[in-house]
Amino acid sequence: MALTYDDVIAKYEPVLGLEVHVELGTESKMFCGCNTVFGAEPNTQTCPICLGLPGSLPVVNAKAIEYTIAIGLALNCSIAPYSRFARKNYFYPDMPKNFQTSQYDEPICINGYLDVTVDTEGGPREFRIEIERVHMEEDTGKSLHMGGSTGRIHGADYSLLDYNRAGIPLVEIVTKVVTGTGKYAPEVARAYVSELRDILRGLGVSDVKMEQGSLRCDANVSLRLIGADKLGTRSETKNVNSLRSVERAVRGEMIRHAELLNKGERVIQETRHFHEDTGLTTPGRSKEQAEDYRYFPEPDLVPVAPSAELIEKIRATLPEKPSVRRKKLQEAWQVPDKEMAAMINADVLDLVEATVKLGADPTRARGWWLGEIARIANERGIGAAEMPITPADVAEVVSLITSGELTDKLARQVIEGVINGEGRPAEIIEKRGIKVVSDDSALMAAIEKAIAAQPDVAEKVRNGHVPAAGALIGAVMKETKGQADAAKVRELLLKHLGQA
Amino acid sequence: MIKNSAVEMAKALSSNEISSVELTQAHLDQISKVDTDVHAFLHVDSEGALAQARDVDARRKAGEKLAPLAGVPLALKDVLVQKGIPTTCGSKMLEGWRPPYDSTVVSRLKDNGIIILGKTNMDEFAMGSSTENSAYGPTHNPWDLARIPGGSGGGSSAALAAFEAPLAIGTDTGGSIRQPAAVTGTVGVKPTYGGVSRYGLVAFSSSLDQAGPCARTVLDAAYLHEAIGGYDRMDSTSINAPIPPVVEAAKNGNVKGMTIGVIKELQGDGYQPGVLKLFNQSLELLASLGAEIVEVSCKYFDYALAAYYLIAPSECSSNLARFDAMRYGIRVGEGSAEEVMSATRQQGFGREVKRRIILGTYALSSGYYDAYYGSAQKVRTLISRDFEAAFAKADVLVSPTAPTTAFKIGEKANDPIAMYLNDIATIPTNLAGIGGMSIPSGLAEEDGLPAGFQIMAPAMKDDRMYQVGSALEAALLSKWGKPILDNAPSLGAR
Repeated sequence: MALTYDDVIAKYEPVLGLEVHVELGTESKMFCGCNTVFGAEPNTQTCPICLGLPGSLPVVNAKAIEYTIAIGLALNCSIAPYSRFARKNYFYPDMPKNFQTSQYDEPICINGYLDVTVDTEGGPREFRIEIERVHMEEDTGKSLHMGGSTGRIHGADYSLLDYNRAGIPLVEIVTKVVTGTGKYAPEVARAYVSELRDILRGLGVSDVKMEQGSLRCDANVSLRLIGADKLGTRSETKNVNSLRSVERAVRGEMIRHAELLNKGERVIQETRHFHEDTGLTTPGRSKEQAEDYRYFPEPDLVPVAPSAELIEKIRATLPEKPSVRRKKLQEAWQVPDKEMAAMINADVLDLVEATVKLGADPTRARGWWLGEIARIANERGIGAAEMPITPADVAEVVSLITSGELTDKLARQVIEGVINGEGRPAEIIEKRGIKVVSDDSALMAAIEKAIAAQPDVAEKVRNGHVPAAGALIGAVMKETKGQADAAKVRELLLKHLGQA
Repeated sequence: MIKNSAVEMAKALSSNEISSVELTQAHLDQISKVDTDVHAFLHVDSEGALAQARDVDARRKAGEKLAPLAGVPLALKDVLVQKGIPTTCGSKMLEGWRPPYDSTVVSRLKDNGIIILGKTNMDEFAMGSSTENSAYGPTHNPWDLARIPGGSGGGSSAALAAFEAPLAIGTDTGGSIRQPAAVTGTVGVKPTYGGVSRYGLVAFSSSLDQAGPCARTVLDAAYLHEAIGGYDRMDSTSINAPIPPVVEAAKNGNVKGMTIGVIKELQGDGYQPGVLKLFNQSLELLASLGAEIVEVSCKYFDYALAAYYLIAPSECSSNLARFDAMRYGIRVGEGSAEEVMSATRQQGFGREVKRRIILGTYALSSGYYDAYYGSAQKVRTLISRDFEAAFAKADVLVSPTAPTTAFKIGEKANDPIAMYLNDIATIPTNLAGIGGMSIPSGLAEEDGLPAGFQIMAPAMKDDRMYQVGSALEAALLSKWGKPILDNAPSLGAR
């Protein structure tokens, strides 16, 4: 007798805390000149510094600092005039120095907020998520645990280490405790990560690909009885690699906590791993005995002290906020709220915008991205942006439709061709011999043929029963292998039968 | 020739009286002859040194303009990495490791055509004052082979005193250049923190470590200082400013009109009478050369040793965490990563290193951080203020370098506190980040062993140490009639 979500929220108030790690898109690593491109052969993007070889020293990447300041400003934070790196000491094989260089008690950005909108029963509602800090740190390497059943270090036969990721600049964005979301906690969490992702993408500081790990979210969830002051014990769910998973993870943890609490058991303070397939979490490291990281200021680095001029310079280059941009686009395209929400949800807004910029009609552009392309993307379990079709392809197809060279039906074939890798739209039209039959005499021949085949139907139409024309139009379309413009066929047919 | 100064050798090289190959070979011969007794070197790179010498000779022959010390050999402390050459830091942990890169000091030595003979012995990871903590056995003081050559850089100082090299590189975290210089009758300089790049210096305590020149004369040290010093973008803590004019200062030794401050707290109890006597004689000499001698008080110096033994172990506990058998160095045991790490660290580190790692781990632990590491940092600030106030009254500050002359090997090995007290006069400069120099002040009357005179200057005023040091050196030389090392017994007679 599992609890339903409604049972949970009838009794408990959820409290959230979200930690988002973002890999910055700098060309070089946080403290050395190594390349940061994703997917290179293991251990090819390393040097004495990111391997932590004896004697090597870090030097801060100035670009990473500028990016972090930009993030802080976009999240309405104060930028500290003086901040420091610290060493977080613990032993783990994928950490070359056995300490992580990270900001600790003196982060570079503090006290900001981000407003997010969630669809509620009462219409769109805004929630303010307060940001505690934005700080810089270096990523660790990657361990691949071989053998054993869990893919985790315990039980593995051996482990492979790849230090390409070691030293990639990371920014951690930590919220304050988020309360007051009530039943919308899962949606608020998702909207926060989504909005944050749009901001980061707009800033151009990261490629924010959750599936590649360049944006990772840890969701802290706790419950307390409605009306209670004291916070409950939290769990920290890691490995949440998509927006949908953020929502599912929060909802799942709320139910799990409620079940424990209802049974009179206690929630254990621990990290949990989220499993995409089941939507459930399994326990990770217990945080009951807090690990002592022995933080102390990193003596190999000088403090980060950005000048007021630099901060203002960065502020001046900030792009408009995603919310403002969305509003502008919605007005320009005259899109209803619901459709706009659908585009945001399917994550195709950027793609539609790019298509429109190439001259396509907004409604048609939206129709393709949100329809056919999103449908196939969904079947393949990837995002629309990952599909092998570009805004330029869609813009080309839309323009051919507008000029009458393609019908919607033919256009669908072209789009499918592009997605299947047959080439660009023009090549596919050429190869498949796709073209609209617009020659009146050719159409007339087909019409005559259809009338001859179904004289009784033709008679009905002649007698004013226009809806019957559908059968004849269908026959013409079949005869022309769908390459005729149905509207044109209809026009010619009705005229021929004296009904226009 | 091997008893000459580096500057004299450089002169002979540039006038083609001798080739660098010959000069290098002469030193390699001396190493063969005496190093079985002294054990200054952990690794001698004969082939590499001769190849480098041949290259310098060829360039000289081709008429290329060479750096002042081009062709002169040098001994490198085994804590600085040199590409392809074993670097152990005196530890079993790194046995067999050949670094894939050059430290900035090494690349500058190479750029200057200075010949690197090999790597010198040291206390493990630079932790010690006697070189007894080396995992490869102690170095012996050329003045008396039963005694310590100082530490941690005892290999470098002994190599100079035994004429195995005219120049050496040391590193100084709490006195590891200056105290060995004092007890071997040689010159050692710890430049201002940030004056010489730490890139490629295997860290003991990052905020205190400083590489610097070791030599037999002040002028030699100045030339070497100029060769290795200056800004390096690979070291964030390196100072982006021109090197102080140290060579010019060493050439123009003169103290007339200068005020020299004697630090009250760095004398008296615990100092060997003969060492203090030599110190006072040096002061009289300086006064006779026209310097004004004043006494200054630095009352927080009493806490320096305690603060040092919290800060240095704290940083070392983190710096030495990387030695975990995963990527380089030795690997002990089998099983899980954790078991291998643990077994390797258990076996790879010596007692003193473990002592300091444990001490530092404790000092940084949550709940103790403020009381230990935090308080130590406050003391550090107070010591800096003491120095500032003292430098308002004096151009340079002076003290004996070490409280005693060289002690016997084994004498303090089981008494860490007695060992730590050896650095009482040198540690304050590291805590404040300023420069310090030790030059020989003579032979103590009790034991006939050399003692050191320490000169300290404000940050980036390193030239003042050289100015005062060379003036005193010249006055002492004319008083003695011969270099102090001429009194040392000759080695390798067997």
